[in-house]
Amino acid sequence: MNGATLPKYGPGDRVRVSSEEPEGHCRTPRYVQGRQGTVRKLHGSFRNPESLAYGGTGLPRQPLYLVEFGQPELWKDYKGAAGDRLWIDLYQHWLEPLNDRRISQ
Amino acid sequence: MDKPHDRGGWETDESIDQSEHPAMDWERRLAALGRVLPPGRFMSTDVSRRGIESIPADQYGSMAYWERRLVGMETRLVDEGILTKEEIDQKAAELEERWEASQ
Amino acid sequence: MSTHDGHDHDHGDGEPHPGMVGDASLGYYGTRYRAIEALLIEKGVCTLAEINATAARQETRTPMDGARMIAHAWVDPEFKQRFISDPLAAMGELGYRLPDNVVDTPKITVLENDEDVHHLVVCTLCSCYPGTLLGAPPDWYKSLAYRSRAVKDPRGVMHEFGLDLADEVEVRVQDSTADLRYIVMPKRPAGTEDMSQEQLAQLITRDSMIGVSEALEPDRSPAA
Repeated sequence: MNGATLPKYGPGDRVRVSSEEPEGHCRTPRYVQGRQGTVRKLHGSFRNPESLAYGGTGLPRQPLYLVEFGQPELWKDYKGAAGDRLWIDLYQHWLEPLNDRRISQ
Repeated sequence: MDKPHDRGGWETDESIDQSEHPAMDWERRLAALGRVLPPGRFMSTDVSRRGIESIPADQYGSMAYWERRLVGMETRLVDEGILTKEEIDQKAAELEERWEASQ
Repeated sequence: MSTHDGHDHDHGDGEPHPGMVGDASLGYYGTRYRAIEALLIEKGVCTLAEINATAARQETRTPMDGARMIAHAWVDPEFKQRFISDPLAAMGELGYRLPDNVVDTPKITVLENDEDVHHLVVCTLCSCYPGTLLGAPPDWYKSLAYRSRAVKDPRGVMHEFGLDLADEVEVRVQDSTADLRYIVMPKRPAGTEDMSQEQLAQLITRDSMIGVSEALEPDRSPAA
């Protein structure tokens, strides 16, 4: 049985973080929810902590990505430099491909 | 809904208090206990985090780190039926009496 | 601080005796903890010996262990590659005792600082820390203020620790939200070419491995 979900993203892909606010355990902080970032790396696939926290098996394993955000885009009145970045580890089921949400100019 | 543990970017101008307190005995032992308890459903890292995250917002902000860990652990132990709150209360009262008697 | 509890004080009956307190007074949380510990031992969920042994072992890892590994990486490029690709294996190579359950131990990733990028590590959701390499985290790392501000105002936080960087340097914050832990490899300061590994290790502070500061300059290091 395949205990892992296939990875959908690779380095350079632009993604948007879902903004779902589920009840219960989740490892996607509010400050990135709804924001747009760039995938930097696929860490591999891991058991889903949102299931593990309730005694579930955490299967199927979910791909975990390192995603980069521009700090000036994340924070209103960001007090640092324009080139500052934030990197964060996010599970695939929280990510949507950005090109699906392209708004025609 | 604001989850009190989801702390990134919360409004605060508070400077970082760089003082450190030597670990209290019970804090060290709690850290050890967390590693000793059988992993898996009962006390994995994820389960332990969920216990801490269930602390109500008004308490979370005023509790110290190890106090949250302890409350988180107690919550998980009671939820899993390993211990009851009543027996913990009773044992705590006994230990308190014994300690006072030894002073 | 009393280290009474660190000794093997197992009377064999599984019950902590009244003198084994170690703190000046029990306090609400201390008492609560001891009640839970006593009950778990009574019910056979764990033993006093296991807790004592684990507590004693916890104390053995300190930031100097991480510093020694980074100093080794600074002087030995091949070790550095092995350290970056698998810090736990590199730790084992240097003779450090590895965790009993390496498979379940969170993987550690090394974030290397250079002229263009400076890293800062935080866990906004709870306080995850590379304890396997560095031991226990400082209180401030676990504080709500650090968890809130490190992501939003990293340069402000670093300034409080005495570090100001030019705008041309990218400050890159890493939020450890999953089961990977992060350690920063600070830049090797200039003027350290003739220093021994042990002297170099003295420059690598715990704070520099979190990223709130850089490694010490050679003329500011404590006397070796």
